[in-house]
Amino acid sequence: MFEWFGKVNFSPYTKVGDFAGFLKDGYLKGSRCRACGFKTFPPRADCPQCLSGEFDFVDYSGRGRLHTYTRIAAAPNGFEDVAPYTIGVVDLEEGGRCLAWFGSTIREEEIKIGMELQVVPRIFEEIEKIKVSYSLEKPGTKWGRRHADA
Amino acid sequence: MTRVGVIGIGHGIFGRRSDATVQELAFEAFREALADAGIERKEIDASVIGSVPEYHKQRSLAGVVQEYLNLNPAPTWLTEVACASGSAAMRTAWMGIKSGVHQIVAVIGCQKMTELSTPEILALMGRVGEVQWESIFGTTFPGYYAMFAHSHMHAFGTTRRQLAEVAVKNHSYGALNPKALFRKEITVEKALESEPVASPLHVYDCCANADGAACVILASEDRARAHGRKVVWLDGVGCATASMSVLRRPNLYSLPSAVEAAQQAYRMAEVGPRDVQVAEVHDCFSIAEIMAYEDLGFCEKGQGGRYIEERKSYIGGGGVAVNVDGGLKAKGHPIGATGVSMAVEIVKQLRGAAEARQVPDARVGLTHNVGGIGQYTFVHVYRKD
Ligand SMILES: [Zn+2]
Repeated sequence: MFEWFGKVNFSPYTKVGDFAGFLKDGYLKGSRCRACGFKTFPPRADCPQCLSGEFDFVDYSGRGRLHTYTRIAAAPNGFEDVAPYTIGVVDLEEGGRCLAWFGSTIREEEIKIGMELQVVPRIFEEIEKIKVSYSLEKPGTKWGRRHADA
Repeated sequence: MTRVGVIGIGHGIFGRRSDATVQELAFEAFREALADAGIERKEIDASVIGSVPEYHKQRSLAGVVQEYLNLNPAPTWLTEVACASGSAAMRTAWMGIKSGVHQIVAVIGCQKMTELSTPEILALMGRVGEVQWESIFGTTFPGYYAMFAHSHMHAFGTTRRQLAEVAVKNHSYGALNPKALFRKEITVEKALESEPVASPLHVYDCCANADGAACVILASEDRARAHGRKVVWLDGVGCATASMSVLRRPNLYSLPSAVEAAQQAYRMAEVGPRDVQVAEVHDCFSIAEIMAYEDLGFCEKGQGGRYIEERKSYIGGGGVAVNVDGGLKAKGHPIGATGVSMAVEIVKQLRGAAEARQVPDARVGLTHNVGGIGQYTFVHVYRKD
């Protein structure tokens, strides 16, 4: 199901494919190594520390701070229709980093390195096929099923 | 162990070379290097080709180049590490000679980048980053360096004007290089006002793709000395890697692979940054040259913006003269050829043969060649006899 992930997906087959299913249900998941406890985002199946291939998906709150960003004017294939768009790299509170587009809750002129952000799971296109992603939003932004269940 | 010396250099014209195939470009540079070395073709006992295969229709390029240069049956192979492929070829040849397996090796960096259609180029452009977690958001090569630039500006107060000053310098030297793609000076205002590509980078912060080739002939110490001409020695080689993903880097205002590669090369050559008079650094984007000043130790971390603002990297500026052939910015960046082209310029400088752009009293020179966004960096230190 990893082919659901991203506007254009280049890697449909991966050992962490369930990540996209969780995202569709409104959950942001990192990975934790069953052998040594190494926790990271984006999730990885194989532990870079102890080489174990046993892992669990763990909940990530999505809270973090902006590390750096850019507004891309010259877009590659498959992204011309959304250009210009702004990409940010976020240092996540629970470890690891996330790269994503800024969402609609943040205006361009508000973007500042160090600002607090919330990574929010998104279903962004459901006409013919499932497309999931996540975006960078204002802290406190509510989203989808996870919040509806609560 | 034997030293490794450069006995011949050759360099084709960089630019849109719709007149030639990639092997024809390689031939131009090779012919010039062979004549410069003054040796017979049969004395070359191997060649190493630096090139990035996905830009060429021709598959398995090394064999095609070897045939066209009439170097069969000598062995050949290709090295690929993105924009540092040429320096990987240099390192591989150096290793071959150091080990005693080879005596004289031709290193050929060659690349055609204008063979592909615009849609093909745009598709390649979309896969420059880590494709599983990053390219799905439309990241681009300028976009990554733009994120380095914002990070550097935030950490150290570097300005867009300082970035633009890098382009102004490199264009001023490109104007003096008959092999360069762009041979005209620009003003800082023109650079600042150019179209945005990925904020804070504009068109003049970015190098241009080009076709081109360069060739260096390396020899063992015995063969180089027997050759009886001025030899420039490749005395220090450093190479290191860093994560492909920007999500796994310690910071985004430095290239850790460059810091590590520089330390290795300095140690091996028994020199430090203060001993270097001239350097070729990988200015694929203006911010990359500023980070290179710092990563190579030409100035303190964070002082790269001031280094260019104070014109220290100009010839006679009181620091290390950097990219006095125009750099990737003005000379053009045929990705597989770039590392070898850098070596050609440093050898010219250390021979005192760089004419209008000669750095006075150049004794130690350095090349800094980065693959991708710093996944690979090669730093090579050259010394004159
Ligand atoms: Zn582990």
